[in-house]
Amino acid sequence: MPELVLTKNVGKKDSHTLGIYEQGGGYQALKKALLEMKPEDVIKEVDKSGLRGRGGAGFPAGKKWSFIPKEAPKPKYLTVNADEGEPGTFKDRVIMENDPHMLVEGSIITSYAIGIYQAYIYVRGEYTRSISRLEDAINEAYARGYLGKNILDTGYYLDMAVHPGAGAYICGEETALLESLEGKKGQPRMKPPFPAIVGLFQGPTVINNVETIACVPHIIKNGGEWFNNLGAPGVGGGIKLFPVSGHVKKPGVYELPVGTPLREIIYNYAGGVRGDKKVKAVIPGGSSAPVLKVEEIDVKMDFNSLAAIGSMMGSGAIIVMDEDTDLVKTLRILIKFYAHESCGKCTPCREGTGWMAKIITRIEKGQGESSDLDALLDIANGIRGRTLCPMGDAAAMPVQSFVTKFRGEFEDYIKRG
Amino acid sequence: MPTLVIDDQKVTVDPGTTIIQAAKKLDITIPHYCYHPRLKSVDMCRMCLVEVKDIPKLQTACSTQVRDNMVVFTNNQKVLDARRSVLEFLLINHPLDCPICDKAGECMLQDFYFQFSRHTSKFKEKKQKKHKVVNLGPKIVLDSERCILCARCVRFLKEVVGTEELGIFDRGDHSEIGIYPGRPLENNYQGNLADVCPVGALTAKDFRFACRSWFLCQENSICPGCSTGCNVLVHSSERSYDKTLRRVYRLTPRDNDEVNQSWLCDVGRYGYHFVDDPDRLTAPSLKRGEEYVKVDWDTAFREVAQRLRGIFERYSPSSLGIIPSPQLTNEDLYMVKKFFNETLCITNIDFKLPGWNQGQGDGFLLKADRNPNTMGAELLGLSGIGPQAGEIIEKTRLGEIKALYLVGSDPARYLGEEKIASALSRAQLVVFQGSNYNYACKFAHAILPGATFVEKEGTFTNAQARVQKINQALRPLGESLPDWKIILGLALTMGYYFPYKAAEDIFKDIAREVTGFSGLDYKKVGDKGIKLALSGG
Ligand SMILES: Cc1cc2nc3c(=O)[nH]c(=O)nc-3n(C[C@H](O)[C@H](O)[C@H](O)COP(=O)(O)O)c2cc1C
Ligand code: SF4
Ligand code: SF4
Repeated sequence: MPELVLTKNVGKKDSHTLGIYEQGGGYQALKKALLEMKPEDVIKEVDKSGLRGRGGAGFPAGKKWSFIPKEAPKPKYLTVNADEGEPGTFKDRVIMENDPHMLVEGSIITSYAIGIYQAYIYVRGEYTRSISRLEDAINEAYARGYLGKNILDTGYYLDMAVHPGAGAYICGEETALLESLEGKKGQPRMKPPFPAIVGLFQGPTVINNVETIACVPHIIKNGGEWFNNLGAPGVGGGIKLFPVSGHVKKPGVYELPVGTPLREIIYNYAGGVRGDKKVKAVIPGGSSAPVLKVEEIDVKMDFNSLAAIGSMMGSGAIIVMDEDTDLVKTLRILIKFYAHESCGKCTPCREGTGWMAKIITRIEKGQGESSDLDALLDIANGIRGRTLCPMGDAAAMPVQSFVTKFRGEFEDYIKRG
Repeated sequence: MPTLVIDDQKVTVDPGTTIIQAAKKLDITIPHYCYHPRLKSVDMCRMCLVEVKDIPKLQTACSTQVRDNMVVFTNNQKVLDARRSVLEFLLINHPLDCPICDKAGECMLQDFYFQFSRHTSKFKEKKQKKHKVVNLGPKIVLDSERCILCARCVRFLKEVVGTEELGIFDRGDHSEIGIYPGRPLENNYQGNLADVCPVGALTAKDFRFACRSWFLCQENSICPGCSTGCNVLVHSSERSYDKTLRRVYRLTPRDNDEVNQSWLCDVGRYGYHFVDDPDRLTAPSLKRGEEYVKVDWDTAFREVAQRLRGIFERYSPSSLGIIPSPQLTNEDLYMVKKFFNETLCITNIDFKLPGWNQGQGDGFLLKADRNPNTMGAELLGLSGIGPQAGEIIEKTRLGEIKALYLVGSDPARYLGEEKIASALSRAQLVVFQGSNYNYACKFAHAILPGATFVEKEGTFTNAQARVQKINQALRPLGESLPDWKIILGLALTMGYYFPYKAAEDIFKDIAREVTGFSGLDYKKVGDKGIKLALSGG
């Protein structure tokens, strides 16, 4: 078991308090960044670390920050995406509940690097403990002079606030999140302009996932190269939290090198399949990621390897389904979720997700028709790549992968009636 | 300036131009729903997706700006597939009730389905149920099941009117347009909602179930509702399709960047009903004792001519008063001036009744001056010759003016019935010429029916001194005639000949004689009008 970085304090008593965090070396990185490093050096270090966004899209963090214009007519903002809505994903919560200061410290360093004076953490509304832990941590940080005016006597200042969401998956999409944060209905904006240019309240805005930001203090403390090397040999990119759920013996969040093989995660860490049954299917990166057949689980859990076999790393959330899993029912649950959460702004996702949900529900009820599977694929194709925000793809990919890879099972269902 | 290739054709456009605009320059229409040239692009409907070479995903033509050397395909298989699929999505939950939809025949769903898709739907499920016949206010009805959620209506009220009464409520395939509870539409621009709605979701109560759109002819005209002179299309039919006997079914806006963009205000839009109102004057009539008898034009002209001449001979030109209306066209007013003032030397001639320009303006299109041709009346010299119109009425009351000739004007509207009664009852001769019965007619010895703006040709000059043309959409109702023709007939009966066969002939003389209009050509006024170059403001 490699040395833990993000979850090393999990399970420690009062791990969420400032005292414990500082005892473990907390806020050292902040001091280093603010007292010894220029903002652009911080960005360079993060660039070197190979850190890619942990929220789903996997965009290199350092590169994203460098898009922010130095001079802008409107204030710049940092917005931490703590909406954690992707089914199967429960990793950010572990950080926020157990080590909220790690996120606060990461946010301060990030803000300093980009010249930001106001940061928001947009937290999934149901995460009441995360919200209160973050609020407490922010208060402690203010009291200690890590937030507010003249931080560490450097003249740099930063305010930070927590904003609870109201329970919409789409508000995890970065531009919908900004709308919601501005007090509007959470629906994605069109791009361009990108948030880096016109974001929150029209100002240039960086949006990063909780886990992405939580990596920053470690990168600053130990160097970008160190972080990059924590990734699997030949893969790099540091460590990553993998929330594992489904039919495994030990579901939970596992911190492992990026590039750890999926099979190893399931069998060595999550204890294998319950009742020692066989694996039928695995969703490797949150509910939107195309499903894998058991033959595919030797894949390495990194962005490129998963993309190479037509799936994706997404949030890194692994959902394991054993040989007895009813995939028709599973897909119905997934699609109903997307139909329910579609914001309705653009045509293909608004109409297509509801339509697919109706078809799959009918199939499950034994009223399927032979043409239904092609209809599902046609609808998914009609959505894929043609929507305003990536949620359309997120809804289409499970349908395409389930129906293509497990077509026999769907056909049997229809034949059985 | 970037040069790009769209469907194998080269085009050079200004930087910042979007693909949809560049394509338009080449006469390539990229189908769209949410895009509207006067609203901000929102990328919602996904109908305008096109392929841009070297970009894997299709791009929205409405918001993607052109680049130099860009290569765009608006009609290849990939694009057609996406378009078909968007149309299929838009139609799965649509009620397909075209036979009873007011938008049928001018619906962008019908048109693009016909042009690009003609698919057989594979939808076998139950359609989403949504609200129908929702009253959004006094003028507009919503059918949410027909709505394609393009948000044009929401954006129009936000971006153009600024009142923001509409929003999209709920989400996903149960999203619906609606008003906030207890806050119905109350603004003066609601009629535009039925125009911007590309489908039959928002319909105007004024037009609902009144007529199939394809039975209507469209003619370019100008709204007579105020001095802005919004450019309109008159939708009409000689034969009425409902029991109301109406021939005009609606006015819709005609684009004019300089005047009304693509909009109309409701005061103007719904102000046309006087055209087919039962109070229209349809035949010349003369007072015989207490009765009015209908006569032919010759009889009417002869009698009016004889009585006018009698008063002339007994008194002097100063015993006659003429009050024309700024509702008349330049050509009508020119005839009034030419004949009564320049020929008969009457100087009691003026259009400015007290309060004539004191409606309520709204700061956008609607002006306080509710007349389409005040500027024309001013430029043609129908004020400032002698006493103002109010004084002419007063002089009539005092008996100084013995004969009063009203052309299109309705003095009781401004001065009240009592005042008009006391003045007009003293006159030896009152002639009322106009389109609709009004209080002054009670005192008229002769009533001469005038045609309305949809029944004649001519020009108005709006508040910005823009000369704009109205065209004849309908035959004049009954025996009514364009006002200039009535004056022409009366003049002839009195022995004065004017060589005019059409409004255009009069316009030629206006252009020759009236400063401000000099050098104008009727044909060149065209569909968008011409602004007069006035010196000294
Ligand atoms: C429908 C949808 C839901 C999303 N939900 C989340 C979420 O809950 N948390 C998150 O961090 N990113 C989410 N994302 C991804 C964000 O849009 C964005 O890419 C991310 O926050 C960027 O941060 P990162 O670069 O650090 O990953 C979602 C994206 C989509 C399309
Ligand atoms: S893809 Fe779905 S969630 Fe995204 S904007 Fe369109 S309707 Fe909304
Ligand atoms: S009512 Fe009409 S304009 Fe408004 S969203 Fe629906 S289709 Fe579009």
